[in-house]
Formats: sequence, structure tokens, C-alpha cells
Amino acid sequence: MSEKQDARQSRIRNFSIIAHIDHGKSTLADRILEATQALTQREMKAQTLDAMDLERERGITIKLNAVELNYKAPDGKTYIFHLIDTPGHVDFSYEVSRSLAACEGALLVVDAAQGVEAQTLANVYLALENDLEIVPVINKIDLPNADPDRVKQEIEDVIGLDTSEAVLASAKTGIGTDEILAQIIDKIPAPSGDPDAPLQALIFDSLYDAYRGVIVYIRVVEGTVRVGDTIKMMANGKTFEVLEVGVSTPKIENRDELSVGDVGFLTASIKSVHDTQVGDTITHAERPADKPLPGYRKMNPMVYCGLYPIDTARYDDLREALGRLELNDSSLQYEPETSEALGFGFRCGFLGLLHMDIVQERLEREFNIDLIATAPSVIYSVRLTDGSKVRVGNPSEMPDRKYIAEVEEPYVKATIMTPNDYVGAIMELCQRKRGEFQTMEYLDANRTNVIYDLPLSEIMYDFFDILKSSTKGYASLDYEMDGYRVSDLVKMDILLNGEKVDALSVVVHQEFAYDRGKGIVEKLKELIPRQQFEVPIQAAIGQKIISRSTIKALRKNVLAKCYGGDVSRKRKLLEKQKEGKKRMKAVGSVEVPQEAFMSVFRMSHDD
Amino acid sequence: MTTKRGAYIHIPFCDHICYYCDFNKVFMKNQPVDDYLDALALEMRGYGKEGRPQTIYIGGGTPTALNETQFERLFTAIERYLLNPSVKEFTVEANPESLNEAKLDIMKRFGVTRLSIGVQTFDDRLLKEIGRAHKADDAADAVRLAQSRGFDNVTLDLMFALPGQTEASLHESLQQALSLGTPHISIYSLQLEPKTIFYNRMKSGKLRLPGEDIEADMYGQIILELERHGLHHYEISNFAKPGYEGVHNSMYWSNEEYYGIGAGAHGYWNSMRYANAGPVKKYIERVRERGNGRVSEHPVTVTEKMEEEMFLGLRLMKGVGIKNFKEKFGESIEHVYGEQIAQLMRQELLTERDGRLAMTQKGIFLGNNVFEAFLIS
Repeated sequence: MSEKQDARQSRIRNFSIIAHIDHGKSTLADRILEATQALTQREMKAQTLDAMDLERERGITIKLNAVELNYKAPDGKTYIFHLIDTPGHVDFSYEVSRSLAACEGALLVVDAAQGVEAQTLANVYLALENDLEIVPVINKIDLPNADPDRVKQEIEDVIGLDTSEAVLASAKTGIGTDEILAQIIDKIPAPSGDPDAPLQALIFDSLYDAYRGVIVYIRVVEGTVRVGDTIKMMANGKTFEVLEVGVSTPKIENRDELSVGDVGFLTASIKSVHDTQVGDTITHAERPADKPLPGYRKMNPMVYCGLYPIDTARYDDLREALGRLELNDSSLQYEPETSEALGFGFRCGFLGLLHMDIVQERLEREFNIDLIATAPSVIYSVRLTDGSKVRVGNPSEMPDRKYIAEVEEPYVKATIMTPNDYVGAIMELCQRKRGEFQTMEYLDANRTNVIYDLPLSEIMYDFFDILKSSTKGYASLDYEMDGYRVSDLVKMDILLNGEKVDALSVVVHQEFAYDRGKGIVEKLKELIPRQQFEVPIQAAIGQKIISRSTIKALRKNVLAKCYGGDVSRKRKLLEKQKEGKKRMKAVGSVEVPQEAFMSVFRMSHDD
Repeated sequence: MTTKRGAYIHIPFCDHICYYCDFNKVFMKNQPVDDYLDALALEMRGYGKEGRPQTIYIGGGTPTALNETQFERLFTAIERYLLNPSVKEFTVEANPESLNEAKLDIMKRFGVTRLSIGVQTFDDRLLKEIGRAHKADDAADAVRLAQSRGFDNVTLDLMFALPGQTEASLHESLQQALSLGTPHISIYSLQLEPKTIFYNRMKSGKLRLPGEDIEADMYGQIILELERHGLHHYEISNFAKPGYEGVHNSMYWSNEEYYGIGAGAHGYWNSMRYANAGPVKKYIERVRERGNGRVSEHPVTVTEKMEEEMFLGLRLMKGVGIKNFKEKFGESIEHVYGEQIAQLMRQELLTERDGRLAMTQKGIFLGNNVFEAFLIS
């Protein structure tokens, strides 16, 4: 190892910021970028790291980003910081863990008024699992209801971290930024590793670019990667020739090589992000590492739904759009499916509900395709009477009951952190959602972790909304997959005008079938506009009708007046009416609006 | 000149704003009424050169909100520039609270043939509820006064499906209207339009409307009751004794052309649909600058003409003439709309009788579904 490289390596600090939504992660990132003068004031857009519109709107980070920053410390040395951003949602916890694995340390940002939240806790545990040095930062200390001492105590009690040196900060006003920078240097270790060892580079994100192919974001753990090297993906053995390596400052800067401790990108004419799985290790084809870095997992979708273009002529556009999204999203899966009610579409798999929402929204917004999304479903594992097993991700494909020996559904281990006052309400909710109580952890005088095993399908349904409303928003939820269990599940069909609508079928627990059926029928009655004839709505299990209602026939729909000869206005009204119908799907002879298909899934608490 | 055409003249001024109204209107106070009348005269002069219309209709706003002097000026200008000695119909809208003998006499003198009186309902509680300034008795008195000054051809404007209106209240209003013996009644269901007081109330959940089923029952009751008293249902919202059908309005439905004069007025002339500036001051400026108030013009394509022929013409109970369509457009109605017609007939919304396509009784109630089908684009 050369003297120079050794010296450089000792000045590298790789870290992430762990924070709950709204606790100030992006603002703090902005302060750090400012302090290292990575961007001039003019270039500073508020919250630089969140690039996508959707992220900005939802206040969450979806796509990861990593920047290299040069910080001239008061000790006269210039340090190389790599700030690696992490997504802030439980759907993406694997990605978070891989981003954290690329770091030696993390700033734990906690709101001085709100304290530690369940998701923060989950990410801190991920960080501790990856042996990261945690630097606690109490943010928003300038708020009137800030109580840094209480929050410090909480961090000690709940996480077990020493907070005697926790930084009191206000990312918004810049208070504490210098101290944070100092602690990054002092507390977070420089990367260890040998630049001459066989290459091990961790992939923590990738991005498809139409001109350069996949841009792979990596952390070099061992060895050095140079332009011209032939690299190998250890998960699938594919090899590529490196065309570019570089870093983002956050402007793109090409380099000749990335070595131990460096966090940057490489391109190698890679056509698909499916070859650059997050968590995979890149090594050299010629002199490969013995084994990949630990922690790689292939991500499987947890949630499926059918996506159909309202205008059937846009099926090809939808396929193309999904293909475009897939370029950048290795977790998105899709395959063609046909529905009697909706025609040709795709069954799509997502990591979770947020991921599903994001994909749908992007299809509608970026590709202008009006979609019908069927209610999301988990994957059921069905053992048939002949002993064979099938996986069912589309409720309408659930085999007939007489062929089913048993049905298993995925469970999660859910950790709900709540002020003590709401423990009762939460247990009631979990009980109602078929939860099995596991344990309770008393975190401190005021708060408790309630841990339940719950069916994933129940969490997807309206669990989160009810949790929020019944705890005034104080409780927070984190969950991890916990295998499959046998459940007493049945398929419930919905009939409109006497005809079964496959896209509205749901799988429900026997015990709740009646209530769900009633709820769905009433909701559909509300959402489907009156037609020229009476439309009965029924919920059925097998041949048995368990709930019914009727949409009355349309009785009057005629514009009274012609507005003193304003024909264009009348025309507009008729056009609008006609346009509205285009956003509905004719199911048999019934015009069903887009949102009705989701309604079997999204019902408010009161329904 | 005797080609079919009408003229609509808009008076945007009101002493009161009704809660449901979204027509182009302003509080009269402090408005440049005289300048407005000058602008109207200028516009009329321009159109008059193109030929004097067969029908004139003065609507609002509230035309009778003008005082006698202003009234006199308005009619003098009409007489000078537009009035055709053989005018077929000359209608003025009047509100009960601002109609008086003097104004009636002025109108009589200038050849007004028909009055449309804004009654809305004969239920005092509802009148208050919808923001009208008059009482039921004022309306009846106004009608009788008009009749006593020689206006036989009077039409009443009524409304139904009002907030809080019951079928009993509607029945009572119909009886009172019928007892006045006018040869024509228009009755419109309340339509909630943006930028009205009712619309805002509805948005904030404070408006209780009768609902679609009651509205449909009411409409059925109206048709039955008025027909029974010899007022035949000749258009969605219009009922008349034979020979008293509104000539001017029928012209809209028959897709004929008309001048639109005044602030916010719409016209249809030389295959061009146009709209005048709505704000009074802007309209006046516009007319001073260029002789008319137009701010937007839209040449009507042949396709649009066909569409309009259908969705306007079918408002009339007699419907659209099949032969007439062919003569007008050179293409048969079957050729253009065969598919739609077949479907609407299957749905029992449309029927063919006496060489015309017309809506069935069911179709009348679901008119928008029928009209919509004829939009091609």
C-alpha cells in the first residue's frame, strides 16, 4: 500500500443519515453540502438530495444518492466525506441496510420534540447490525416544544447509546453543524481494507441512463477498480468492461479509479439494472475475490396487483412504460395477464404498498396512461388436495375450494412503538386484524413497543390508517417478513348485475368475510354511478351470496336550460360527461369508475 | 330580408343577485348604464346592417331593472336599428318587483309581443330561500298587470328541485301558475353552477337538495299536470298552448343563426359562434374600439353543425327531421349516426315518428345521455 493512498484512506469518512420522516434529514444534508461548499448558494435548491418530484411531494427519499464532499477541517486537513442517502420507508428496508453497509458510521437525527420513532429505531438496529458508529444529533432544538434532555434520555433508554456528546442542532438555522462535522471526523472510523487485494465493491444502488447504460453506485471495500477493467457480478457471474468510474460532488466527476473506501459510480455498458442487484458484489473477472460481501439477498415482491389501461388500445403503451420503469427498478416485476372484466393488462409485483403507489403514479403521470389498478394482494401458498402446491397472487385465480387442502398466507412481525396510553387501542386493533400477541417491551416511563405477528394482508388493508387515527398519529409501525402460516381463507367474488367481476375478487378470512362483503358492496354502491338500469351488487363465497345491495336506475339526467344561446357551454358539458365515461370501464353492461376497483381494498375505518 | 334569424340582447344589471344564478350579471348600483346602452346601440347598428331579425329577445340579468328613461332609450335604439315591422316575436324578460305600468306601456308602444316573467315558484318560503326579491303575490299581480295592459302572450319562468322544495309545494305552484291562464310556461330544474351562492353552499355541505329520485318524480308530475291543462310539452323545459311555442328559443333548438348583443352574449352568425366580453366595462371598451363586443370566435365545422343539429334539435319533442338533415348536410342521418341511433333505440331512448327522430318519454328524462351519443369527436 502506498504512503499516499494510506494517507488518503485515513481521511475518508463514509456515513449515512438516519432519521424519521420530517425529522430533518434532507435539511441537515443541505447544511453539510453547504459547509463543504459542494454547491454555491445559487446552485442550492432546497433539499438537494431528493431529486425526483415524487420524492419531494411525499417528503420521502426513494432513489438513493451518494455524494463526495471535501471538508477542510479546523485541523488543517482536508477530509473526504461520502454522504450516502437512504430511503426512508419500510418497503425499502433491504436497500437501507445495503446503503448502511457501505458506511462506517451514521448520523442519528432525532427530533427534539418528537423523540425516537419506530422506523428510526428499525434503521438504527440495521446500522448497529452493520457495525456502524452512531453519532446522535438532536435536531430542531430551536422549536418551542423542544425537550432535548428527555430525547437524550430516550435514546439512551431505547437504543442504549451514550448521548453525553450528542450534538444539539437546528439544521434549519445551522446551529450545531460545525460540531456535527467535527464528530464525523473524530468518531467515525476511516475505512479499513487493502487497495491491492482482490476487488470487492458493494452495489448499493443503480440507475439506468439511456446513453450510458446502468450507472452502478458502489462502495469499494477491498481492492481498486479502474477504467478498462473487466468486472464480474458475483450474483450472476456476468462480466462487463468498465467504461467510466467517478463520483458525484454532487456534480458528476470522472476519475481514473476508485479504491478502498471510495463511494462512487461506474458504468460498463450494462443494459439492465437486473444485472446490478443491490447488495451484490463486483469483483474482477481476472482476479476474483474468494467470496462476495455478506448480506446479499434477492428481493422478491411482496405485493401484487393487476394494472390495466382504461383505454384498451393503450396496452402496448403500458407494456412499454413498465419496461421503461423496470430499467430503473429491479424490484418491479410484471407479466401479462387477462381479466374477463378488464381485458389485457399486467400482474405486477412490488416490494410494498408505497412502491406500488409510486409505480402507478409514475405510469399515470410520466406516461399519461389512465390505469385501473386492482386491489393489491399478497402471495398465497395453496396446497391442493392432490398434494401439489401453487402460489396465487391474483385472488381471482384462487382454486375452487373443493380442490384446496389448505391455504397459507405471509405473516409479518410488526413492532409498534406507542405512548403507553394507546397500548390498549393497539392491542384491540391487532386482535381485530387477526394478530397474535408476541411481547411487549417497556422502552421507558412513557413508551412501549408492542410486538405482534400479523398477516401481511391485514397490514396492507387499512391497518396503518386505523393505527394512526386511533393513536392520534403517535404510534409508529415497523415490520419484517416472518414466513407463511396456515389460515382459514376464502375467496370472495363480487357480482355486478349478476355477473362475476374477476377483477373485484378478494381473498378474506372466513371469520371476517361477512363484514368485508358488506363493506365492499356498500362502497361500490356509493362509487358506481347510476346506470340506465338497476344494478344489483352481490358478494358471494362460492355459490352463497353473503351480502347484496342495489344501485337504482338513473332517473333524470337532462340539462334544463340552454343559457341564452350559449351552445358552446352546453357542448362542453356534454363533452365532459362523455370524457368522464372514458375514465370508466364497461364491465359487461355496467360502467364502473376507476376508483371502484381499488375500493374493495381501500375502505375507511368507518365503513 | 327574410332569412330566419334572431337577435338576443343582454341586460346584465340586477338589483338583487339570486343564489342560483350564474348568468352574466352585476349589481346595478354604480354601473355605467348609459354608456352600456350606447354600446348596445352601436352593436345593434352594426348587426342591423346585416339584416333585421325575425325575433328579438331581451334577457338578463334583469332587463326591467332599467328605469323608465333607460328603458325608453333601449327601445328607441332597437326600433331604429333592429326592429323589423313584421317581427314575429319580440320578448322581454321581466321580474315581478320591477315591472310597472309605465314600463309595460313603453314596451307596448315599441311593439313587444311577449313577456317572460320570472316567477320561479309561488312558495314564499322558497322564494326567500333562493334569494328572490319578490313574493308570490307580487308575481301574480305582475302577471295580471301585464295582461290588463294588453299582453296576452305571457310566459312564466318557474323552477323545480329547489332546496327544501316538496312535491306538494311544486304542485301548489303549478296550480297557481295555471290559474293565471298564461299560454306558455317554462320550468327549469335547479342547476348548480360554479360561482353561485348555492354552489358554494353545496361545497361546504350546507345545501339540501331533493335528490335525483324526487327530481325525476317532480318532472313527471310537471309534464302530466301541464299537459292535462292544455299546455303541451314541446321542449325539455317548455310548455305551450298550440301556437304559443316560443319562436325565438325554437330557433336555437333548430340550429338557426342569431345575433348576440350585449355583455357576455353569445351569437351564431355566418357559421361562426362567438362570445362577447362579459365584464360591462370591457364590453363597452370593446364596442367603442371595434363596433362589436366579441372576444372569441369559433368557426363551426360541418361535424359540429351536425352534432348541434342533433343535441339541440332533440330537445324539441318533435325531434329532428330526417329529410331536413339530409337537405342541410348532404348526408343522410343514418349514414352519419346509424350506429348511435340503433343503440339509443335499443335502449328505448330514441324513436322514429312522422319522418323525424325524437326522444321517447324515457329519453326525455335522460336527455344528456342521448345528446352525448351524438358527439362524434
